[in-house]
Amino acid sequence: MGLELREIHKHYGPVRANDGVSLTVEQGTLHGLLGENGAGKSTLMKVLSGFHSADSGEIMLDGKPIKLASPDDAIAAGIGMLHQDPLVFLPFSTIDNFVLGSPGGQRLDRKRAAVEFDELCERYGFNLDASTPARLLTVGERQQLEIVRLLWLGAKVLILDEPTTGISADQRSKLFTTLKALAKEGMSVIFVSHKLEEVADLCERVTVMTRGKVVGEVEMPVPPERLVRMMFGQVVEARARSAVDLGQPQLRLSGVRAASGLLSEDTVSIDIGAGEVIGLAGMEGSGQDTFLRMCCGMRAPKEGTVEVAGHNLTGKHYRDFLAAKMKYLPAGRLEEGLIKGLTITEHFVLAGGDKSFIIDWTAARDRAVRQVDHFTIKGTEASTAESLSGGNQQRLLLAMLPPQLSVLLMEHPTRGLDIESADWVWEQLLQRREEGTSIVFASADLDELLRYSDRILVFFSGRVIGELKTAQTTVDEVGLLIGGRRREASP
Amino acid sequence: MSSRLQSVLLPVTIVVASTVALLFAVGSNPWDPIRLIIEGSIGWPPFEAGTAAKVGDTVMVWVPIALASAGLIVTFRAGMWNIGIEGQIIMGAIAASWVARTISAPRPLRVFLTIAAGAVGGLLWGLLVGILRTVGGVNEIFGGLGLDFVAVSVATYLVIGPWRRSGVASTSGTDVFADAALLPSLEGSRLSPLMVAITLAAIFGVWLLFRGTLYGLRLKAVGANRPSAFLLGIPTNRFLLGAFMICGALAGIAGTSQATGFHFKLIPAISGNYGFLAILVVLLARFRAFWVIPISFFFAMIAVGASQLDLRLDLSSTLGGVLQGTLVLSAMFGLGWAAYRARKRAEGTAVGSEEATV
Amino acid sequence: MSGFLTALADMFDTATIASIVAGASGLLFATVGETVSEKAGVINLSVDGSMMLAALAGFVVAFETGNVWLGFPAAAAVGVVAALIIAFGNIRLSLNQVAVGFVLFALCTALSRFLGSGYVGRQPVAVPAWDVPALSSIPFFGPVLFSHNIVVYLSLITVIVTYLFIYRTRAGLELQGVGERPEAAHARGIPVNKLRYFYTALGGALIGIGGAAFTLDVKVGWSDRPTLNFGWIVLAIVIFGGWHPLRAAFGVLLFGALQAFALNLQPEFPGLSQVLPSLPFPAMILALVVVNWKTLLNWLDRYPWLRAILRSDPPTAIGTRFEVS
Repeated sequence: MGLELREIHKHYGPVRANDGVSLTVEQGTLHGLLGENGAGKSTLMKVLSGFHSADSGEIMLDGKPIKLASPDDAIAAGIGMLHQDPLVFLPFSTIDNFVLGSPGGQRLDRKRAAVEFDELCERYGFNLDASTPARLLTVGERQQLEIVRLLWLGAKVLILDEPTTGISADQRSKLFTTLKALAKEGMSVIFVSHKLEEVADLCERVTVMTRGKVVGEVEMPVPPERLVRMMFGQVVEARARSAVDLGQPQLRLSGVRAASGLLSEDTVSIDIGAGEVIGLAGMEGSGQDTFLRMCCGMRAPKEGTVEVAGHNLTGKHYRDFLAAKMKYLPAGRLEEGLIKGLTITEHFVLAGGDKSFIIDWTAARDRAVRQVDHFTIKGTEASTAESLSGGNQQRLLLAMLPPQLSVLLMEHPTRGLDIESADWVWEQLLQRREEGTSIVFASADLDELLRYSDRILVFFSGRVIGELKTAQTTVDEVGLLIGGRRREASP
Repeated sequence: MSSRLQSVLLPVTIVVASTVALLFAVGSNPWDPIRLIIEGSIGWPPFEAGTAAKVGDTVMVWVPIALASAGLIVTFRAGMWNIGIEGQIIMGAIAASWVARTISAPRPLRVFLTIAAGAVGGLLWGLLVGILRTVGGVNEIFGGLGLDFVAVSVATYLVIGPWRRSGVASTSGTDVFADAALLPSLEGSRLSPLMVAITLAAIFGVWLLFRGTLYGLRLKAVGANRPSAFLLGIPTNRFLLGAFMICGALAGIAGTSQATGFHFKLIPAISGNYGFLAILVVLLARFRAFWVIPISFFFAMIAVGASQLDLRLDLSSTLGGVLQGTLVLSAMFGLGWAAYRARKRAEGTAVGSEEATV
Repeated sequence: MSGFLTALADMFDTATIASIVAGASGLLFATVGETVSEKAGVINLSVDGSMMLAALAGFVVAFETGNVWLGFPAAAAVGVVAALIIAFGNIRLSLNQVAVGFVLFALCTALSRFLGSGYVGRQPVAVPAWDVPALSSIPFFGPVLFSHNIVVYLSLITVIVTYLFIYRTRAGLELQGVGERPEAAHARGIPVNKLRYFYTALGGALIGIGGAAFTLDVKVGWSDRPTLNFGWIVLAIVIFGGWHPLRAAFGVLLFGALQAFALNLQPEFPGLSQVLPSLPFPAMILALVVVNWKTLLNWLDRYPWLRAILRSDPPTAIGTRFEVS
């Protein structure tokens, strides 16, 4: 079935998640939708699967306009969505997951459903047992379960949202074979991903989105560099930056490996000097988060040692890392960082070094007023955290950092910020660097990575696959590594 | 400013309106029961001569409600539903009774020891709820509820078992404690100035805790957002346990007051359900310490004064409970509805507003 | 010691077992009702109060009309209203389920005492006994299961029907889905909040009927707070029963047996009958500890049958709100 989206607009408050997106998917094709996190792909697919309704725009199926007010409508229209985290019911058996939500009489005929389930599984080479509880299935198997379920429901358009996150290479190749077979049978498949390599391997056409808009559409194959350029725009090559003398290593990881999941296959070792800036590149969920959490003691490594400012803190509590002047700022500013309902003054008190039992509110307020002013936070000392805009929340978080840090770990320091705030954030960070703080930050912004890092660690599917000196690398090289291709020959 | 005014006026309006509506609904002149409740609790006209015993009773009902409410503010602020408060009151009463029955010492010391024992008994019972929550992963509502009933059983067992009255085993209570173990009270009344002072100090202390101390601020942070609090270096579990211990200790003192200041003995229903009543008080006070003083006094007046209704009007004294429940439920839904309307309005205007959070 | 043994032996008496079954109807209805509500994700914490108010409604209607059967729909209606207040407060006004439930508990308890004060000691018509023809003469099973009245039979049937409904029908699977992972249910086109209203109300109706079963059958008549604390026991048994109607029913019967046992022991150990009824609560806490005990759970994974017996997983989304964004 041919699918056409015309001028889809979807705004969340002032955020334009989809800003006039048009997209045509021909019947029987594998269509890739490529873009960084936050580019608006997920929103578009949620509109298409009836989860959200668009503010304006039209959806045409085989030339006829359809209305998708709920997932129910989408299923009835033959549009099936496979979510990144497959929406299965973990305590239920596989077969119950299979039949739940399907039309039919009140009597649950599990036996008959199982026959059809087995047939479908056999047809696509899935090895699933109807009676296994879903919680015992791997993520890849849960996807397979969802795929056969959607096929059984009569889906003619299949949307897969980042389906390769958290599944094994084997399962991925099986998934791709299945998708190709389905497309041959006439299924329209929309493959949503931010992974260049996969889109290049699989898709016949690729649409690239950034910032809520379609920025290009190409017939495959094209060289990956072209896709990178479409995704990231023209990247300014690393500019000359003031050299900072690197001091003693502030953070040393030696042979660190996680107990399970990401970063559990290979070990990581790195010495990060005082005043050095390390960028963590890679598609989201490739292990950067695990890396940062092992660096700050929120996750104990299975093996290897972690040293901060000369102290061996392996296996120590997070608070011991804090005592060694390390700070970690995760991406969710209001979830893991600030506290809803508390004022800016109260945040400064909580973060401050003054540990006296009775709070001197006059002094605290004065300090907060000074800090609000000094860090140009738009708000007053009595503003609550949630009333601040994203940029000002980030300013507050940076303002709360104690002086003379040994190591600062950050996720997406400038995500969602306007240019002015983003520049300001980096001004602050670079100043810390001059003071000898080692900075480690994860980012999805190649420009940011290349502009500010001394070295870049590239993560790919749970492994560190490259360590690059920024001065000696190019945007293309980083782009390729992010996509999982190793350098052919080292220079 | 107007929103602050609204946050006070709206509940008060709802409370007055629902009270009057309820009294009309039960078919009486609304003024009669109100006057009777006032008369029965503090006299009519209030505090006239000869009402000392009445006022004393009302104040000594206010004491446990207010103490428990003060404690509950701490656990609520830490994000915990301490339904185990009843058990903490009972365990406090049991511990105080044990001291009152066994230790003989000069009266001041003995009174001090009963209060201290009560605080420790409640504290430990509260700590148990906290440990079940932080270590065992047992939701504090169900853990607390379970421990409430266990506490009732222990009290009942003691009253009809080891501590039974000389000669007969009956659920009506243990022997009355020796005079020297009782809270010192005013002449001709149960009113214990010491307990009133402790209660006011506790309320002031809780107010101060959240108004002016780092501990209180950290507790609030733990209650509002545990991951953020953890990242700021606050030992979150220890703070949760701390909240339960503070609340348990205050509830335990409330239990002491019940045992050695009101009933003068241990009875199975020693808590008088004041712990549950205190939950209503705190919900109505919306976790603000000083509001606890008038609201719990109002609730105590209802509890004591409503007994007049049976005698003087053909109304059941249980009207008091209905009144309390109606107040809290209507305030809750009134405020909920206002918040819902505000959200709806905000959604309608969100598009195009520049200052919205990104 | 001999007293203990005699009391224990008495427990296996046919008449004792029959009386346990006869006395369980109220708790069975209410426990199944609460289970259904919690399966859909809504904790009805008001049970102890709403069951009592419903018991009063059932009693009053039966008393005033002289028709015992009219009492049950009246009680069910009260249970439905209480349940819908919680559902509305939570789903529409985003109030905390527990907060609304608790306040409602206090209010309903007070209301039942207030409105019922004039009825204390009055006797309504009771549910008439009715032996099931033929079946009641089977030895042992006859007296135990088939020599009671319609309400007792219906309570047992409700348990079984609810079990079959939840685990054997499409609608039952959807009910579980709504409480388990509402966003996944929504993705499959299931109207999550509509079903939550419905099943909370249905659960409330059963809780109400449970209340009426007390005043019209188990302990005929109205007294001050006739069902005191039974609502809390219901909440405990739902957890102890692992949100499974059959296991919950087993819990109810076990509780009944415990009470009978304590009564038998009364001459030997005075006071036991006051203390033993709180045993469901430590049992509930233990069940909750087991649910969260990772080592034990991992070990249990190796023995699926044992796991099925011991493990009780709460519906994952219990107590939470679901909002279509």
